Amino acid sequence: MSYTLIIVALPFLMFLFLGLVGGKMKPVVAGLIGTTGLIISTVLSYIAAGSYFFSVGKIGETYQTIVPMNFEWLRFTDKLHIDLGIMLDPISVMMLVVITTVSLMVHIYSFGYMKGERGFQRYYALLSLFSFSMLGLVIAPNIFQMYIFWELVGVSSYSLIGFYYTKPSAVAASKKAFIVTRFADLFFLIGILVLSFYSGTFSFRDLTSPAGCAFAQSITDTFMGWSVVSWAMMLIFIGGAGKSAMLPFHIWLPDAMEGPTPVSALIHAATMVVAGVFLVARMFPVYIFGAPDVLTIITYIGATTALFAAVIACTQTDIKRVLAFSTISQIAYMITALGVSGYGAHEGLGYMASMFHLFTHAFFKALLFLGAGAVIHAVHSNEMDSMGGLRKYLPITHITFLIACLSISGIPPFSGFFSKDEILVAAFEKNQIVFWCLYFCAGLTAFYMFRLYYRIFWGDNNKVYQHTPHEAPASMTIPLIFLAALTCVVGFIPFSEFISTDKTVFHTHIEWSIASLSILVAVTGIAIATWMYRKKNTSSDKVTASIKGLYTAAYHKFYFDEIWIFVTKKIIFNGISQPVAWFDRHVVDGFMNLQSTITNYLSRKIKFTQSGEIQDYAWAFMMGAVVIISLLVFI
Amino acid sequence: MSNIPLAGYLIVSAIMFFAGVYGFLSRRNMLTILMSLELMLNAADINFVAFNKFLYPGQMDGAFFAMFAIGVSAAETAIAIAIIINIYRNIKNIYVDEVNKMKY
Repeated sequence: MSYTLIIVALPFLMFLFLGLVGGKMKPVVAGLIGTTGLIISTVLSYIAAGSYFFSVGKIGETYQTIVPMNFEWLRFTDKLHIDLGIMLDPISVMMLVVITTVSLMVHIYSFGYMKGERGFQRYYALLSLFSFSMLGLVIAPNIFQMYIFWELVGVSSYSLIGFYYTKPSAVAASKKAFIVTRFADLFFLIGILVLSFYSGTFSFRDLTSPAGCAFAQSITDTFMGWSVVSWAMMLIFIGGAGKSAMLPFHIWLPDAMEGPTPVSALIHAATMVVAGVFLVARMFPVYIFGAPDVLTIITYIGATTALFAAVIACTQTDIKRVLAFSTISQIAYMITALGVSGYGAHEGLGYMASMFHLFTHAFFKALLFLGAGAVIHAVHSNEMDSMGGLRKYLPITHITFLIACLSISGIPPFSGFFSKDEILVAAFEKNQIVFWCLYFCAGLTAFYMFRLYYRIFWGDNNKVYQHTPHEAPASMTIPLIFLAALTCVVGFIPFSEFISTDKTVFHTHIEWSIASLSILVAVTGIAIATWMYRKKNTSSDKVTASIKGLYTAAYHKFYFDEIWIFVTKKIIFNGISQPVAWFDRHVVDGFMNLQSTITNYLSRKIKFTQSGEIQDYAWAFMMGAVVIISLLVFI
Repeated sequence: MSNIPLAGYLIVSAIMFFAGVYGFLSRRNMLTILMSLELMLNAADINFVAFNKFLYPGQMDGAFFAMFAIGVSAAETAIAIAIIINIYRNIKNIYVDEVNKMKY
């Protein structure tokens, strides 16, 4: 299985190549080279997945963890060393498939979308860098390598969000994304250090094996009433929450939509934002055995975020922002599913459901974003108000977008239905409050997705456009069709036979009592959206007016940005930074300045004794020698 | 030859040395200063040889020191002259009090 190295290395080589000499090539050539590299990676990931799931990895009913290569990089103590290598287990192989597929679709799509943009070569180089870092993250055999690639993902995301670097809002958004996620990563790093200090290892294999989990239970040290393992796992989760845009770190994701739309599809829908989910899934045995209390917190954070983001998504008018909040909400679903999961075959349903939803969500959310990109490409605007009746002009985009909307709303037989159903079942078995919260979100999801759909493709049918919108070129519609086909079929994959908490095959079936409830709420949501938005009418204004307070708050994203600004600017800057700066400027610097002033003054006074004439010195030396000798001789 | 007392050598050496000191302190021309320097070194060499001859007639240490000092001074002179030539090329004279470009 050592050819998996090529999957990861190839995008990196592409990045180096395109980054160094891409500027001298024709844009299309550079794009083709980057895409070719990724096609090879994709094919190899499919081969790897096929051989892992059906022959190499499966022994009896259990999947093995394979480490095809691993070398020691930095050694701290005999047990504690940082390695670099590759680890294959069900979730990392699944992520390889997801990342390469979505990335390949985005590569192809960008030929049409980014055509004629300045920095086309740079764009492809950065896409390759991002693919490399994300692939390196998922195959990491130890938490430190994961952290390294985690930061690389952050950097490449930063440069892709700020791709239009002449636009101040894009620059601000990229800085915001980087700083917020970096702030959360600080906690991640502390968590890693605490965990490895107590467990003495970085390796996932040791940490998540039953023996590794035993360490977690044997540690009795506490800090502020919480066991240190819980602290470590909580800190690690905060890192994951930063990348996955959980409350209260979600503020960067909506702004990150300033980047090119294919980038949003790749990074902020399908891959990077699920890194936090992947992290929790990766460390899941430690959570469940060492820190179940943290898992409860994770559940509630996830459920709150899901609800909160869904409410906001209902009020936004920028189509990409609607999708951004929808992403936050769906990722929160996955996090919640992990939170309610147990360990074992059927107890681990939530874990399986979370990974399943990650898998299906990656495809239909990428499809939604790429569809939105095609719409933006056609009408040159992100605002819903400048759209309407587009189904006549963009038939392919319309159909694929509709499929994705049905999928995310949870309508069978599209993929979202299956994974969402599993999550709801898992939540229902564990925690009723969370279940009803998620259930309500499912309705909201259907509502806001169809609000989006109707306002783009229906609504004002007689809208007059300055330029008649036209269907996107084939390079953009082919990825749409491919992803739509995937969205229709991936739901039928028997996921529990591939992924489970203890890596053992188990069987699930659709729980029709809960499935029918979720279909009911989805249909209700769609029906309300149809009533309000299908034709241009005043019903939506009336509804808005009747819940004015909530609407305004949600429209302003519940003032979270303002709260963060208040906390950072008013409290931290004025309360801490300013006094510290004053102390530094007046006391610390003042003392140093005093010393230098005195020295300067004195040296000005005595500098004339240093004439620089060698003969003066020699004279002084001579006289001194004479005096000393006379003293020695005569006394 | 052998009836010249030690004091004779020392007197000659002292005269040479102070002639060198005087030249070193009073002259502005770098070449003259260099010559004065050589004068002082040679005075010291005479002392070495004289003391060797009178105090430890069986040994050669002092003579070796003198030879060594002559060798070193030759090398030093070569460097000093090179420096002086360079200074001359830059400022067109070799008076020590004119070489003050780097001064405050």
